[in-house]
Amino acid sequence: MDKKILLSHGGGGEETQSLIKDLFFKYFENEILLKLEDAASLHVSENIAFTTDSFTVSPLFFNGGNIGKLSIAGTINDLVMMGAKPLYLTCSFMIEEGFGYGDLETIVQSMQQEMAKSGVLIVAGDTKVVPKGGVDGLFINTSGIGEIIYKGISAHNLKPNHSIIVSHEVGNHGACILALREDLQLETELKTDCASLWKPVEALIQAGIKIVALRDATRGGLSAVLNEWAQTSGVCIEVDEAKIPVAPQVRGICEMLGFEPYEFANEGTMLICVEAGEEEKTLEVLARFEETKKAALIGSVNDKYKNRVILNTPWGSSRFLEPPKGELLPRIC
Amino acid sequence: MQSKVDLIEGFRNPSHIKALAAIIKQECKRKINIMEVCGGHTHTIMKFGLPQILPDLIEFIHGPGCPVCIMPKERIDHAIALASMPDTILATLGDMIRIPGSATSLQKLRADGKDIRSLYSPLDVLKIAKENPDKKVIFFAIGFETTTPMSAVLIDTVIKENIQNIFFHINHVTVPEPIDVIMSGKDVKIDAFLGPSHVSVITGYKIYEPIVQKYATPIVVAGFEPSDVMESILRIVRQFNAGEKRFVDNQYARAVSRDGNLKAQALVQKYMHKRDHFRWRGIGDIANSALKLKTQFAHIDAEVVFADLLPTQELDDHKLCICGKILSGNAKPFDCKVFGKACIPANPMGSCMVSSEGACAAYFKYGKLASKGA
Repeated sequence: MDKKILLSHGGGGEETQSLIKDLFFKYFENEILLKLEDAASLHVSENIAFTTDSFTVSPLFFNGGNIGKLSIAGTINDLVMMGAKPLYLTCSFMIEEGFGYGDLETIVQSMQQEMAKSGVLIVAGDTKVVPKGGVDGLFINTSGIGEIIYKGISAHNLKPNHSIIVSHEVGNHGACILALREDLQLETELKTDCASLWKPVEALIQAGIKIVALRDATRGGLSAVLNEWAQTSGVCIEVDEAKIPVAPQVRGICEMLGFEPYEFANEGTMLICVEAGEEEKTLEVLARFEETKKAALIGSVNDKYKNRVILNTPWGSSRFLEPPKGELLPRIC
Repeated sequence: MQSKVDLIEGFRNPSHIKALAAIIKQECKRKINIMEVCGGHTHTIMKFGLPQILPDLIEFIHGPGCPVCIMPKERIDHAIALASMPDTILATLGDMIRIPGSATSLQKLRADGKDIRSLYSPLDVLKIAKENPDKKVIFFAIGFETTTPMSAVLIDTVIKENIQNIFFHINHVTVPEPIDVIMSGKDVKIDAFLGPSHVSVITGYKIYEPIVQKYATPIVVAGFEPSDVMESILRIVRQFNAGEKRFVDNQYARAVSRDGNLKAQALVQKYMHKRDHFRWRGIGDIANSALKLKTQFAHIDAEVVFADLLPTQELDDHKLCICGKILSGNAKPFDCKVFGKACIPANPMGSCMVSSEGACAAYFKYGKLASKGA
């Protein structure tokens, strides 16, 4: 029979120790973690970014990723969006009794691979095993610390003439999870965009791009970020529908089911607001990376309205892009 | 190499849409009030901002063709009563679960722990029933002629395989009767209709011939993409320009014939027949405008089997709601005092705000920028 996680693996005794040593240390090994103290002792600079996120996605495995990859990329991206170089993570597993050991190992392995891309370390962790039905398979919480190397990024700073760039096609993660959850039998392949964005953002900073604001378009998608920016800065953001990259299969699923790709979640796609004149250089830098090579300039900031986002169609009509409301999808990340 | 028509972008080509707008502007000589019967068309018109590129002479009046919007509160209370029974799973389509009845909604009931499923395909009911042999699975069937055949296929399977734990609450409605009622009313301002193409894929376009004759009003069966709607409007303009002859025009010739899908029609007729009358939210009682299971299938008819549990009290919308006027073309959503204030999609007071396809909901989501009443 396949090896399973048992309640005893979370009991704090011998089984817990062997789970930690045989599985978690095998993949997460580093000097700080292996000291096995009650807390990690770290040296960090004055300006740090600190964040936390919990991951409850269902299903746990999907095309292009799994909950483990998501839990690393998600927290790394939260740090990166503040102009911070991600350094250290903590990680807590809440595991349902009877969860497959092999599945857990696959998840832990993809966490290691995702961390390696940005050079971050897990320096503390925790494992709980709860009785059947206590959680849906596996929940993961990660927290992260990063060193802010580019100051002043803020949703409050958007001004007329600034430009808006999206780093990738929008809606891939949301569409991919929706198709899996609803068991839609589609002939096309939908793949999550789940990715850590440190490398492209580091390159933007090194290239001297004047970044005004950065935000990964997770829950609520493109529409939520644009509306948040417009409201926080009290400006109007005007975008051209024809310039927003959307994969044909995502457009198809949206048309079929009556959704807007702009409201679907992403897990490796960000919006970048840059000063006027920086657009070309920004796109040049982003084109160097697989995860951002489809980046596009989609619009700009103006003062036609306050707190509003305008979407222009290619045939000359326009409408407000309203912030997403109501129940779209439960537990997509 | 096989050539593929892009079924989305192919009908959203900006140069086609702009060209159609220019021709309509050139040829349209008179004021034409067009009712798009179906909420899907309302959605297309608002989402793609078509009124902004059409001449002021063309005005849209938003019809009653949204199966969720027209569901009267008492029938939502039926769904709530059925879902509240022990050992029961209630399954339905679309945003039906959001709609408030007299006291609660299916969505709130689900949060209270009742088993309520929102499906994309009626046939998913089979899987749910197989996985839950100890439970009653009730399919709350909604929709116009387009979705009725899917319910009929499900009924057919249940009867043929003698599945014991699936029951049906049928709320299927039909398009021609409400059009007749609207046209026979007082102060009707409708000059032409857009007919929903997906309905006619099943029924054929002949269902509109009696109405065109009776009211001398053109009906164009139109697809749902922006180019389809624009071309259909041009066809209406040209029918008026060509003289007095009025006829049903078929813009969606790529899938609609005069007679429609005879096999689907036969399957529906095998299991269902017309109700004497059905109350439409916002409009009222309409004779012969809905279907129910035939009496020989009473053993799977939730309205018969669970009759004792179902409330019979008829419930009207709030008196401030002007959906009735909006549906007859005598008011726009912006004319309503409660629009966007007390009546919002999350808490609708009237039928037009209920589903995303309702006129008020479409104005709420897409219409705030264009002050010109869509």
